[in-house]
Amino acid sequence: MSDTLAHPMPGGAAPSQEPVFYVPGEHHPKNGTLLGFWVYLMSDCLIFACLFAVYGVLGRSFAAGPSGADLFDLPLVAVNTSLLLLSSITYGFAMLEMRRNRIGATQLWLAVTGILGLGFLSLEIYEFWHLIHQGAGPQRSAFLSAFFTLVGTHGLHVTFGIVWLVTLMLQVRMHGLIPENRRRLMCLSMFWHFLDLIWVGVFTFVYLMGVLP
Amino acid sequence: MPDQPDLTKLIFGRLTWDAIPFHDPILLGTFFVVAAGGIVLLGSVTYYKKWGYLWREWFTSIDHKKIGIMYVILGIVMLLRGFADAIMMRSQQAVAFGDSTGFLPPHHYDQIFTAHGVIMIFFVAMPLVTGLMNFIVPLQIGARDVAFPFLNNFSFWMTAGGVILVMMSLFVGEFARTGWLAYPPLSGILHSPDVGVDYYIWALQIAGVGTLLSGVNLLVTIVKMRAPGMKMMRMPIFTWTALCTNVLIVAAFPVLTAVLALLSMDRYVGTNFFTADFGGNAMMYVNLIWIWGHPEVYILILPAFGIFSEVVSTYCRKRLFGYASMVYATVVITVLSYLVWLHHFFTMGSGASVNSFFGITTMIISIPTGAKIFNWLFTMYRGRIRFEVPMLWTLGFMVTFVIGGMTGVLLAVPPADFALHNSLFLIAHFHNVIIGGVLFGLMAGITYWFPKAFGYKLDPFWGKCSFWFWLVGFYVAFMPLYVLGLMGVTRRVNHFEDMSLQIWFQIAAFGALLIACGIASFIIQLVVSYRRRDQLRDTTGDPWDGRTLEWSTSSPPPVYNFAFTPRVHDLDAWWQMKQHGYQRPQQGFIPIHMPKNTWAGIVLAGISVVLGFALIWHMWPLVVLSFAALILVSIIHTFNYKRDYYVPAAEVVATEDARSRLLAQHV
Amino acid sequence: MSSFARLRGLILFAALPLLAGCNAVLLSPSGDVAVQQRNLIIISTGLMLIIIVPVIILTLLFAWRYRASNKEAAYDPDWNHSTMLELLIWAAPLLIIIALGALTWVSTHQLDPYRPLARLSEGREVPPNTKPLVVEVVALDWKWLFLYPEQGVAAVNEMAAPVDRPIQFKITSSSVMNSFFVPALAGQIYAMPGMQTTLHAVINHPGEYEGLSANYSGSGFSGMRFRFHGLDQKGFDDWVAQAQKSQATLDRAAYLKLEQPSERNPVQLYATVAPGLFDAIVNRCVEPNRMCMRDAMAIDAQGGAGIPGAHNLTTLDPQVREQLGLTETPPRKYVGAMCTASEGLVL
Repeated sequence: MSDTLAHPMPGGAAPSQEPVFYVPGEHHPKNGTLLGFWVYLMSDCLIFACLFAVYGVLGRSFAAGPSGADLFDLPLVAVNTSLLLLSSITYGFAMLEMRRNRIGATQLWLAVTGILGLGFLSLEIYEFWHLIHQGAGPQRSAFLSAFFTLVGTHGLHVTFGIVWLVTLMLQVRMHGLIPENRRRLMCLSMFWHFLDLIWVGVFTFVYLMGVLP
Repeated sequence: MPDQPDLTKLIFGRLTWDAIPFHDPILLGTFFVVAAGGIVLLGSVTYYKKWGYLWREWFTSIDHKKIGIMYVILGIVMLLRGFADAIMMRSQQAVAFGDSTGFLPPHHYDQIFTAHGVIMIFFVAMPLVTGLMNFIVPLQIGARDVAFPFLNNFSFWMTAGGVILVMMSLFVGEFARTGWLAYPPLSGILHSPDVGVDYYIWALQIAGVGTLLSGVNLLVTIVKMRAPGMKMMRMPIFTWTALCTNVLIVAAFPVLTAVLALLSMDRYVGTNFFTADFGGNAMMYVNLIWIWGHPEVYILILPAFGIFSEVVSTYCRKRLFGYASMVYATVVITVLSYLVWLHHFFTMGSGASVNSFFGITTMIISIPTGAKIFNWLFTMYRGRIRFEVPMLWTLGFMVTFVIGGMTGVLLAVPPADFALHNSLFLIAHFHNVIIGGVLFGLMAGITYWFPKAFGYKLDPFWGKCSFWFWLVGFYVAFMPLYVLGLMGVTRRVNHFEDMSLQIWFQIAAFGALLIACGIASFIIQLVVSYRRRDQLRDTTGDPWDGRTLEWSTSSPPPVYNFAFTPRVHDLDAWWQMKQHGYQRPQQGFIPIHMPKNTWAGIVLAGISVVLGFALIWHMWPLVVLSFAALILVSIIHTFNYKRDYYVPAAEVVATEDARSRLLAQHV
Repeated sequence: MSSFARLRGLILFAALPLLAGCNAVLLSPSGDVAVQQRNLIIISTGLMLIIIVPVIILTLLFAWRYRASNKEAAYDPDWNHSTMLELLIWAAPLLIIIALGALTWVSTHQLDPYRPLARLSEGREVPPNTKPLVVEVVALDWKWLFLYPEQGVAAVNEMAAPVDRPIQFKITSSSVMNSFFVPALAGQIYAMPGMQTTLHAVINHPGEYEGLSANYSGSGFSGMRFRFHGLDQKGFDDWVAQAQKSQATLDRAAYLKLEQPSERNPVQLYATVAPGLFDAIVNRCVEPNRMCMRDAMAIDAQGGAGIPGAHNLTTLDPQVREQLGLTETPPRKYVGAMCTASEGLVL
């Protein structure tokens, strides 16, 4: 497995030659933040995968109670979905502005993203309240337990994302678009789009398939 | 006044004076011993004014070497607790026959076997494995630290937080009485309404966060921070197994997080994931927990395999036989470990085709494992073997682990498993592979790398004592269990009617005593080695004539590990450097970029423990407060942008010159 | 010398107990299914020892021969690869595993607990037109209940079966996961609430055998044992007659009382059993006003009972709870039955 070295020299031999066994100058390893965040995000994806699997197994166990067809308000969910998908686009705009180094525009699009996210959350909270009010809370059946947990976990993630977003907006205001903040914005970007992707899964497998007979 | 009781209930939840086990003499006694020991320890630290030193040099350190050492210390301390549980179980089972109910009422015994399993897996094996990987991997790949040093510190304290909760359950409330995996419906709110399962859930969730982040950390470290020239197939074999282990961690622990979260929802919110009614399905829990559980045991064994590879090639003075084959075997094991989980519940009635599929995949895993054994064997072949203590542990492993592997493949035949599932045969099997594999590997690794960490070797005499007590003790303690399993005896039983079984339990108890001597020898070894450290000193940094990069540093290495980042051209990089007459550079040192210490890890973990405690005892205002504090402190921490500094060139010069002098003195 | 001779001695010592296990029930069982499982254990172990024994011998041999002080042994520090050896190392275990895998596939299907027996014992087929003895098993906290639908009797912590007649166990649990296990008879299978598992077995020799739960189920677990009597036909008929003489009735009220946690129950025989009781136990509707799981699942297959179904929750009547001595425990909610069953429901 070894390279064929012509004449390996002891370290620090002839001054005109690069030392063979060490790097004489400053050596900075490659930055691993984005890879690390990506790996973390995939582990988060695995949590959602488990919740989807649980929903898959328990999703039709209504315990002689209401089903998705009885409960889901699809027009509301459509509005919700549009808000979230739109917020992904606006975050994309924020990232484009970041690349153009325009702090003000970046902050503006971040703010719009946050507001759309808040809109999404409010509608979701309303939906949950309404279901519980009807007697269809998470305790009533395994289907409802799985539904509230899957959708609720997604909503919790969106909440954390908004808190993070506000914090980042503050930090960008304080320090500008320094490399560290750019990395953080990239990470939040991955996080936000990932949540969008999960929502597409939720929308399809829970809501759309849930109202089918 | 009617307000007072409500206020008390609001603040303290369901925590009352009844939670303290005044009535239990064993627990009271334990408490006094622990309290006394704690007072002595804390008192000494205060008396010698070492709190500042501890805080600056250890608790807030982001140095992977210090964090690795703290993990190992944590693991060894918890080994004592977990082993105490084992001794109590062996004693109870040796005497509780016929009219004698033993000295442990079921209520207590059932907590002990649960705690024993939880502690040994989560708070002994995992910290020891994580600690060794943390200490060694950056050194082996020529890096100065891990990819995310702050996260590393945080991960350690979260693991310690889990330990604190488990230990608290001894004295405030009680622990789970469900077995170490807490199957529902038994672990649900209906059948376990008390705090025990909640202690279990939150201790594991907190420690689980630490482990997951550690997995991300080491994975990115190995992928991104290898020294120039260290291609994947030139990585030391321990680093390869560490890589695969951390892939397993990242791809398995989220499942544990999810399933425990669902169980906690069932208990706190009244959902119906795993209940018997309203559509719940307890079999779903069993599947999910083992989808995590099987990769978990590979997380434990793969680093041990890596350790053995390093130890064998060093002490046989030969390159590891079949390096590429070893790498492929490790990767195959990693992938296959996801395809076997159902073998833990063949008896749940999944049908013949499903059972055979998983039985066969389980057997397939034994092929790469067997290939590894052969590769170690052929490394020994035509080598020059030195029987230092790590090599003894390795030989003990090779003989013992294959027996355990054999019984494992036997259990993988579903109809055989129908007779042996949950019996003492099963207990004997997994202790066979975990003790013979993981523990022997950890002992080998600790002995092997101890000089690197502390600058002096461990005393060989006490090391050999420890080894022989462990080896003989293991066989005396667990071979009877194989027999008992074949006699139809099941696990987790605290009282027996059949007197003919008693002799086997008594032999097993004696075996446990021998193992206790093994542990005692190890503790004595630590003390004796410290006192004889000048005679056992490692001055060169390479006490075993090693082959990998960690042996190129001083013992212990400086905070920055390498004054200059190494350049790698071959497998066994340090061996190649020595072969080519490598001369250590003694000038031209430049300032080195290093991360700063952090207070945030221990503080965040501390708040998490408070949050966990509050959740366990239903102290809802405290839950809200501590959760808010957690978020707030995290956010505050992110406002700290000044996380690094430069080690001045003068300091590097001074450190390296000191080493040069030491090397010159001991030529 | 010391280390190796010691290690060798250790191996022998370790092997010793294996000889002593010859009296172990799993190695000398009395039911044909358990016998076949025992044979599997022995064959599989033998197959694996083909690899394991040489490995252990080689380990000790190499350790001895290539010790550093033995200057006569060859020292080949650069030899670390051999394609032929690698092929051998991977191929030999592969071959054993292929053999074992084939054996696994075949035996797992043959010994599938759900599969009716093909033979009474080696060389003896099941006679045609044999109806298996059906025994319905309920794992309770912390005792075992056995119902005999054909004979109309029931028993707690004791069961009997005639020798050489196939038995079909239908197994469930009332609360938590257990595992039904008579080591001398056959392998075990989990007993789970709301679910029914099946085990086919036959007892070939008369005798008294131990039965237990092989899955931890709570504080009374250690006492959750029962006797299994293998009897000739007359002995079995006598046992049934003894149950019929007991004059005890296992009606729904008696079952709900029995369901309450208790440990180390003495043997109790019942002369009559409420009709449909086991079915009600499996479907978790012994309480008269409770919806059976079967019905709930049928409703769910149709799409649930709509939003009104969300409120369809009820508990046992307070008077009934008092009658059963349940006033101390908090009432449990469940889905209410939509139709009342006819007989056997009056408590």
